[in-house]
Amino acid sequence: MKSIINIIKSFTLFELLKGMSLTGRRLVSKKFTVQYPEEKTPQSPRFRGLHALRRYPSGEERCIGCKLCEAVCPALAITIDSEEREDGSRRTTRYDIDLFKCVYCGFCEEACPVDAIVETRIFEYSFFERGTQVMTKEMLLEVGRKHEEQIAKDRQVDAQYR
Amino acid sequence: MLEWAQSLLASVPPLLLLTAYMFIFILVLFGCVAYVTLAERRVIGFMQVRVGPNRVGPRGFGQPIADALKLMFKEMILPNDADRFLFRLAPLLSMIPALAAWAVIPFAERWSFADINAGLLYLLAMTSLGVYGVIVAGWASNSKYALLGALRSAAQIVAYEIAMGFALVGVLMASGSLNLGDIIEAQKGSVLHWYWLPLFPLFLAYLISGVAETNRAPFDVVEGESEIVAGFHVEYSGMGFALFFLAEYANIILISALTALLFLGGWLSPFPESWASIPYIGFVLGHGPHMFIAKTCFFIFCFLWFRATFPRYRYDQIMRLGWKILLPVTLIWIFVEGVLLYFEVPPWFD
Repeated sequence: MKSIINIIKSFTLFELLKGMSLTGRRLVSKKFTVQYPEEKTPQSPRFRGLHALRRYPSGEERCIGCKLCEAVCPALAITIDSEEREDGSRRTTRYDIDLFKCVYCGFCEEACPVDAIVETRIFEYSFFERGTQVMTKEMLLEVGRKHEEQIAKDRQVDAQYR
Repeated sequence: MLEWAQSLLASVPPLLLLTAYMFIFILVLFGCVAYVTLAERRVIGFMQVRVGPNRVGPRGFGQPIADALKLMFKEMILPNDADRFLFRLAPLLSMIPALAAWAVIPFAERWSFADINAGLLYLLAMTSLGVYGVIVAGWASNSKYALLGALRSAAQIVAYEIAMGFALVGVLMASGSLNLGDIIEAQKGSVLHWYWLPLFPLFLAYLISGVAETNRAPFDVVEGESEIVAGFHVEYSGMGFALFFLAEYANIILISALTALLFLGGWLSPFPESWASIPYIGFVLGHGPHMFIAKTCFFIFCFLWFRATFPRYRYDQIMRLGWKILLPVTLIWIFVEGVLLYFEVPPWFD
């Protein structure tokens, strides 16, 4: 009996037509494609993109050169040198992140006691020359200056979970 | 103005005129082939719930032109151990039959390049010749993948040629003529008089073996990129590859056109005769080349639909389907058709 049903099924092309009706329905259904440069997928406030160094509203650098981020970094992407400044406080003289080594895990951000190093929502960047993948302290501070508003807002939203 | 144009046409030698017509036709056909490739990517994209190429030009309509330019400017690499002459000949061998077959295709009543009485035989010959391009390419490349692809292709074409031939025999029996114009005349009446209904199993067998003949999914073991890289055309690049590509899509259009001619009544309109006299839209509803083109487009769409839906057959399954299913089915139906013909069963065979 079962074999007869199978024969009928295969000669009426039942399963083939079933498959074709599925793809036929997909033909007219709504498409999932996001037309990237014009449309973008939503981002979480915890998005981990390009790094930035922040300053206090007074203009003072947050980073105190404790090197916790350098210690926690699993990819050894962070290099820090620090010295005592004229006013007696410790500040970094060098803060480099090698973006080729970085795995964007966000541990540096978690380790930082003063919320100095953060990861922003920026993900569209590229390097055109060898060596330019190393973000220096100046570059990181510049990113922080440009996007401080967004960074502060995202930290605010996430604050209750931290 | 019209008279002037007519007198100008009359003054041109007929052979030159025919050549000019052919040249124009081939250009148009190449244009169609280019846009079938775009249609394929768009349709399959849509069936996979994405949008396909839509960046080059408005709605992606510049894409085939961009692709063609890219392929033209690429280097055609000649492998060291390849047979130089055959390697260059093979793309032409697969392209030429796909174009030559169009000579006998009637677009409307008595409107074809060559209205010959052995049209059906000529078509069978031309569609079978295409495989030589594949075999020669596989042999001349001197590469194991290309050779495997060519072997598979040869076996597959032999298997499906027979079912295809028997399907054509069915059409031949029903119409009593090898002339394609006469075959369509014999289908005159209504949608129910077209041969798809009395010859339904043959229609399906023809369509299936047509897909196999053009080496399209799900019968694309010849290319089988997951098993033998790209099959017979692994070693081809640039224009050589472009020619194989063109030939594949030209064959799709050809097989679609043939299915429309032999089983769906070519230029015949599915609407009643009286509709043709409706003012303004009558000429759209009446008989004419546009009906033929519409039917062809439908089958081209089916080819793309098959590719989006079915996974590739395993090699032994292909052989089984060809020899143990399609062949007996067509033979049995030819017998049934003979009985129907003998008793002159209306409305088809009276």
